[in-house]
Amino acid sequence: MTNLIFLPILIPLIAGTMFVFFRKRLPLVRAGTQIVTILNLAVTAFVTYYVFENGTLVLQTGGWDAPYGIILVGDALAMSLILTTNIIAVAAAFYAPYSLDKGREEFYFYTFFLILIGGVSGAFLTGDIFNLFVFFEVLLMASYGLITLGGTRQQLRESIKYVLLNLFSSILFVTTVAFLYSVTGTINMAQLSVRIGHVNQTGILTTIGILFFIVFATKGALFPLYFWMPNAYTKPPAVISALFGALLTKVGIYSIIRIFTLIFNGNIDYTHTFFIVLAGFTLIFGVAGALSTNNIKLIIAYNIIPAIGFMIMGVGVFTDLSLSGSIYYLIHDMVIKAALFLLVGAVAIVAGTSDLRKISGLIKEFPFLGWMFFIAGLVLAGLPPFSGFIGKLQLLQGAFENGHYVIAIVALITSLLILISVMRIFILGFWGEGMDLPQNTRSIRPLYFPISFLLIFSIVLGVGAEWFLPYIQQIGVDLTDPSVYIDAVLKE
Amino acid sequence: MEIIMSILAGILFSAGVYLLLQRQLLKIVFGTALLSHGAHLLILTMGKLNRGAPPILEEGIKDYTDPLPQALILTSIVISFGVTSFLLVLAYRAYRTNKTDNMEQLRGSDHD
Repeated sequence: MTNLIFLPILIPLIAGTMFVFFRKRLPLVRAGTQIVTILNLAVTAFVTYYVFENGTLVLQTGGWDAPYGIILVGDALAMSLILTTNIIAVAAAFYAPYSLDKGREEFYFYTFFLILIGGVSGAFLTGDIFNLFVFFEVLLMASYGLITLGGTRQQLRESIKYVLLNLFSSILFVTTVAFLYSVTGTINMAQLSVRIGHVNQTGILTTIGILFFIVFATKGALFPLYFWMPNAYTKPPAVISALFGALLTKVGIYSIIRIFTLIFNGNIDYTHTFFIVLAGFTLIFGVAGALSTNNIKLIIAYNIIPAIGFMIMGVGVFTDLSLSGSIYYLIHDMVIKAALFLLVGAVAIVAGTSDLRKISGLIKEFPFLGWMFFIAGLVLAGLPPFSGFIGKLQLLQGAFENGHYVIAIVALITSLLILISVMRIFILGFWGEGMDLPQNTRSIRPLYFPISFLLIFSIVLGVGAEWFLPYIQQIGVDLTDPSVYIDAVLKE
Repeated sequence: MEIIMSILAGILFSAGVYLLLQRQLLKIVFGTALLSHGAHLLILTMGKLNRGAPPILEEGIKDYTDPLPQALILTSIVISFGVTSFLLVLAYRAYRTNKTDNMEQLRGSDHD
């Protein structure tokens, strides 16, 4: 039974490797990818259900006992994030064939895509800090392939910065693991958590914790380390931007949540105050970027940054309520960012440009696209019936109850500005006089299906909050008590 | 011995960072190579440089060096090798396409 949690990593990796051999047979590879992602979604849904019913699954690879071998820990948090990842993967697999050009598809797009999904699942599942680094590299290598795929001038220009920055932060990651190993003598997360309670060296441990934070904040695009993100994410085609915006930065946030709830929870006064201050700046600067540009893709890319700010704010407040708010917001944001990138990609296809000043009156020709965008904007800003609301509500409740009034007010104002930044696209792009549409050779009707799939899931996540909330609140409670995780891994 | 190794790693890091901040693309790639050398030496040092036999099981030997950091370094070397070779080809492609290897000229955002 515990072997099941290996499947979300194994299925995409095997399938991705197989498709290397059939790159010229596009119909086969397309259909294969769609079947594999749906199969993977079904398997993950089953495993997630099993984990929620029966508790954490721990796989000791190779049969070695917990601290000595590599372990994979499928707890409720990891599994629900993998489930969300696979929902996005299904949407991307159905969006890609109708939006990418043939050259990109033939040049191993589906292989890179599946390996990216496998790497993300691995990073969520692993219980070993060096193995986390390895899975980070797996997903980053796939993302290097995706970000340069096609090799246009701008893609090459921005991807150099992306690769360099990620290489630097990976080296910093390895260095930090070395420091942590020299202090504790282990790289297993559960055993680290136990041992860190025993070594009384708060100064060194806080330093190592902050180094980890810098590494993951670079990967997750937090203030002041977000400068590389918006341009690099918007230059590739829409489906790749959607994968990056929905998955890559969120793996960084997941790592911060995991490491600072499990391992570095000793010196909370210092580290978590630091988080709240950074979260405030992240919110302000991200939304300022979103309001400053007329490029519709860049507006959505800048909107990733304040969402990260909300999640870090939940980690900074550090109560079970605010942590469950962070998790809810994380799941909601993965889905809605993917949906928004796909929507903006469709708009850019029909309008032939991503400059907002040149787009207007699209609602006459594409009413369905317009109203989908309208709903997605409301979901993003967090209006009550939708999923963004519940996460934000818990976060703000947590912040007010613990006396963090300034950050709560900043968060509220930011929500308003986020709404303005997305509604600007709707008002300027969809209302007004009709524009001269370029003669399109392809229809965008097939693109509606994956987008509406993500939107429906997002709406269910909001309207059906009563079903999901108890589980996610339980995750929040478990996160504040690391002994749950430790007991599951080191069965003593 | 650990102190000398730490100083060496520090020198590698500072040289690497200095090269990263240069304008020429190739110097930046060299900088990342130096940085990963520094990181790998640091892993070796942080695993404590105890005297001992190489970690191969043999009769009659009691002291071995720590095998774990060596495995970690080997993994990390292969990964950074892969990334560096990708980065070199990427730098070459970017040089051919953009007609410059000066990072100052690869800035800004032109609208498409």
